[in-house]
Amino acid sequence: MTTRIAAIAVLTAFLFGLVVATFSELRVFLPALLLGAVVTVKISIFSALLFCSMAFIAGIGRLSKVTPVRWACVLYIEVFRGTSLLVILFWFFFVLPEFGIVLSPTAAAVFGVGLNFGAYGAEVVRGAVAAVPKGQREAGIALNLSKFKYMTRIIIPQAIPVTIPGLSNLTIELIKATALVSAVTLVDITFASVQQNQIHYRTLDIFLVTLMIYYCIAQFVRFGGGMLEDHMTRHLAKRR
Amino acid sequence: MDWKWDFTFEVVLPRLWEAAGVTAYATFVSFLLALVGGLVLMLLKTSRNRAVSFLAGEVIEFIRATPLLVQIFFLFFVLPEFGITLPPLATGILAIAIYNSALTAEVYRAGLQAVPLGQWEAATALNLSSFHTFRRIIIPQSLPPIVPALGNYLVAIFKETPLLSFVAVGEIMHASKLIGSEYYRFTEAVTVAGIFFLVLSLVSAAGVRVVENYVKRRILH
Repeated sequence: MTTRIAAIAVLTAFLFGLVVATFSELRVFLPALLLGAVVTVKISIFSALLFCSMAFIAGIGRLSKVTPVRWACVLYIEVFRGTSLLVILFWFFFVLPEFGIVLSPTAAAVFGVGLNFGAYGAEVVRGAVAAVPKGQREAGIALNLSKFKYMTRIIIPQAIPVTIPGLSNLTIELIKATALVSAVTLVDITFASVQQNQIHYRTLDIFLVTLMIYYCIAQFVRFGGGMLEDHMTRHLAKRR
Repeated sequence: MDWKWDFTFEVVLPRLWEAAGVTAYATFVSFLLALVGGLVLMLLKTSRNRAVSFLAGEVIEFIRATPLLVQIFFLFFVLPEFGITLPPLATGILAIAIYNSALTAEVYRAGLQAVPLGQWEAATALNLSSFHTFRRIIIPQSLPPIVPALGNYLVAIFKETPLLSFVAVGEIMHASKLIGSEYYRFTEAVTVAGIFFLVLSLVSAAGVRVVENYVKRRILH
């Protein structure tokens, strides 16, 4: 499976390079698109970090025995899963200043995207923690481990490999969702392509290149997720 | 912070209420189109012809790996170059429908694959026609996993409709942006839009759960 994905990733990158080299008149708008791609990748990396940490915090907090902690996590998950990302971005950028919190466009984008996807990721983490066999929990009690040690040494290490496929899928969704950050005045690749389209009117080329760049980024994440999963489950018996 | 209740009730709510109709229309029409489109893509992907199934698989992959917003722009700017001029709402609905067709295709495929192979063999052994095999054996058993997943996509489509505001479709987000720039007050409009989405998606998520339970009880027992 991973070899196939690797093949597709390499092939698309190669074809993409070939297209760029052949139709050299792409040079007119390509630099602007690539500058936008840098912004997209930057926002993606920061919000992916926030997304992963929020997923674990809220996913594990949701299973907490302390009622206020559990309620806070459920509230966070339901609010951010229930509203549309675009609305959240707008709200962070235009409404939070009313409450005295002024975020830069980058910060609003990272917090909006990261918190929104963290709520989806929390469900993935919750499922993974619940999938750890019950005997592990009983063994932890039998060994008289403290609650903290039991979580960090027994449960979470076993839950992490299970979360990888779900979280890497969500990371691809997250990268796609960063297309919305132009709503908070950032010039990402999507907005750059709209701008270039207004300047050059080479609609088909510009948007095809944009779609290809997103596709390549997504394939790399998929490939990386597959490798990470193989690496983390290398000591486990393969199911197939 | 200054929240103005009279502004909320006199300006924001009536205009968002008008726009809510457009949101609902876009949601349901693109959901119905995605249901049909997903079925077509799924049939193409499971086709016996290797070339067709490979091509369909890669098309699904490509649609899933690129952002909906770029696809909306793509259709919005590229279709007129081929002489197809559609109003923004139709273009947006088409884009959302195509994007979600790729997702629902996987749902249908997973649902059909969840039916054990023995069921197909039993149908063959009983000499059922292929129509009866599907109507009586396969489809009833594949519905329980398919229905909740499709319901989730209905909620997801509902939350994707704000993207249409980028191509000036007068749905809720567009209305609240317009109110914001006309009165230079974003607070009320954007907050009300957020609450609208939150409440409706919680309600529809609960609705999906009810339908899911109904399907499970009705078909499996």
